[in-house]
Amino acid sequence: MKKHFIKLLASAVILSTTILAGCGASDSAGGNSGEKVTLKVYNWGDYIGEDVIEKFQKKYNIDVVYDTFSDNEVMHTKLSAGGSDYDVAIPSDYMIKRMIDEGMVNKLDFNNIPNYKYIDEKFKNLAFDPNNEYSVPYMWGTVGIIYNKTMVSDPVDSWNILWNEKYKKQVFMLDSQRDSIGITLKKLGYSLNTKNQDELEKAKQELIRQKELGIVQSYVGDEVKDKMIMGEAAFAVVWSGDAVFMKRENPDLEYVIPKEGSNLWVDSMVVLSTTKHQKEAEMFINFMCETDIAFANADYIGYSTPHTEAKKMMSPDLLGDIAAYPSDEQIANCEVFEDLAGSIKDYDRIWTEVSVN
Amino acid sequence: MVKKIIMKSYLGLILLFLYLPIVVLIVFSFNKSKSRGNWSGFTLKWYKELFENSQIMDSLYTTLLLAILSSIIAVIIGTFAAIGIHNMKKFRKTMVMNLTYLPVLNPDIVTGVSLMIMFVFIGSIIGLKLGFITMLLAHITFNIPYVILSVLPRLRQMNKHMYEAALDLGATSVYAFRKVIIPEIMPGIISGFLMAFTLSIDDFVISYFTSGSGVSNLSITIYSMARTGVKPTINALSTIMFVSVLLLLILINIRSAREEKRRKQYDA
Repeated sequence: MKKHFIKLLASAVILSTTILAGCGASDSAGGNSGEKVTLKVYNWGDYIGEDVIEKFQKKYNIDVVYDTFSDNEVMHTKLSAGGSDYDVAIPSDYMIKRMIDEGMVNKLDFNNIPNYKYIDEKFKNLAFDPNNEYSVPYMWGTVGIIYNKTMVSDPVDSWNILWNEKYKKQVFMLDSQRDSIGITLKKLGYSLNTKNQDELEKAKQELIRQKELGIVQSYVGDEVKDKMIMGEAAFAVVWSGDAVFMKRENPDLEYVIPKEGSNLWVDSMVVLSTTKHQKEAEMFINFMCETDIAFANADYIGYSTPHTEAKKMMSPDLLGDIAAYPSDEQIANCEVFEDLAGSIKDYDRIWTEVSVN
Repeated sequence: MVKKIIMKSYLGLILLFLYLPIVVLIVFSFNKSKSRGNWSGFTLKWYKELFENSQIMDSLYTTLLLAILSSIIAVIIGTFAAIGIHNMKKFRKTMVMNLTYLPVLNPDIVTGVSLMIMFVFIGSIIGLKLGFITMLLAHITFNIPYVILSVLPRLRQMNKHMYEAALDLGATSVYAFRKVIIPEIMPGIISGFLMAFTLSIDDFVISYFTSGSGVSNLSITIYSMARTGVKPTINALSTIMFVSVLLLLILINIRSAREEKRRKQYDA
């Protein structure tokens, strides 16, 4: 009797949890009801406005299967293996260049994307897609320094402040290979897309020197937001969208784009070559460029939109905030990442050597 | 006396160290702001948002289904495998054991990518696409070794002649297996099941590479949020999962404690 009871209890628990979970689940996963088209979208996690997918599904009567990835390289591995059949993806600038070179994306028919006219000119024809044939910008931002006003007495306008020995253990560096190496190259006056071995070697020496001088507290990822809000350090290298969030939580924090320049990143929407629904994919991209949808996305995600009309709907505080919408002079020296092709091995090697020191 | 106090406080410290992060997680699931630094007020909105977020609910459903199915199937295959290995001669036994250790020692990413390549290759021949089935197969694959490794020691501890004795006493082989062998190795089977279940829920790398479009594991969904920041809805989800497991364990413990007490009363 005891044995049976435990079995009953166990199966009851298992059944109830699966039923409960199943109740909350939506039924749009891969359902091909009749003639309806199913569009498969592949995006970063938590990177779309709250009801945008539902609105699209209702408006165009197209089912959407929405999946997320955590970074560009992992997405690329998944797509190039050939097992997935996504229609639309939203990778970052340098990855798009690589995908264009490898033939993984289709050209866009801009007659199907009339809302493209709302995208700001300065985000068109960037290095990764020179004639703007393959991508439509989605979100953009910068990399910069966030610092705590109360813990810093010097003016902050250059990357050199992060190498200032006065601030031992007061600097958080970004745990992202291209970002950290890139800003060091900018500090030394080089391009952050350089393939020159000498320049890269100097950048490596700088990063190691920064660690040896004891200035770096640690290399962090997402946790930098909480750490800076709680005042654990004076400086951090962060993405602009995170900076907007941090400043809201802790008014002592300020964001600045150093005068040597920095990285300007753009995430854009592309249509993959594995798609069987080119037209519907373009419809989706066009939908994302509608003014209220672009605003909903940017408002929810907290990053900056390249959509001119949506930008006008932002609050004046945000428009004046250098972290959200820097002026053209402020980003004059910023570069977009380019695909490094073979030279990525040099960057990998440097990153490994910096990490172990 | 002092020794007892020291022992108890040492135990207390260890438990604190283990559970403090979970307590912080639970506390911040009620935090009004998104940040894990500021406490800005008590709210239940993240729990509400959790049940309305179809993506997270979908992933939870997939995760649970995957874990239960893959553990049960892995336990069945693993138990039979363990019995077979137990009865093998030395050379074959070593070979098979080495093969069994491979998925355990292999880094997840190697297992994940190689399984993905294999599924795509086979898929192009027989028309199988990456999806729930491939994810299930991958989970079963990496679960089986752990089940084998849990059941084998119990088999070794078992008296060698039990099976023979049961047959001598008139049992058919199936009956002997069901009523004699299985109860003996049951602790190993249960711990193998729990191990497989936990590994399946926890897995990210292998699941990511072997999943198809529309199928997402809880780990994949949470990990994908890494770039833009993990929201407290995940804290809310973790709290619910933790409390469910805790309640289940308390229930089981109360039951078995009551059984013990009742048995002691009868003996007295």
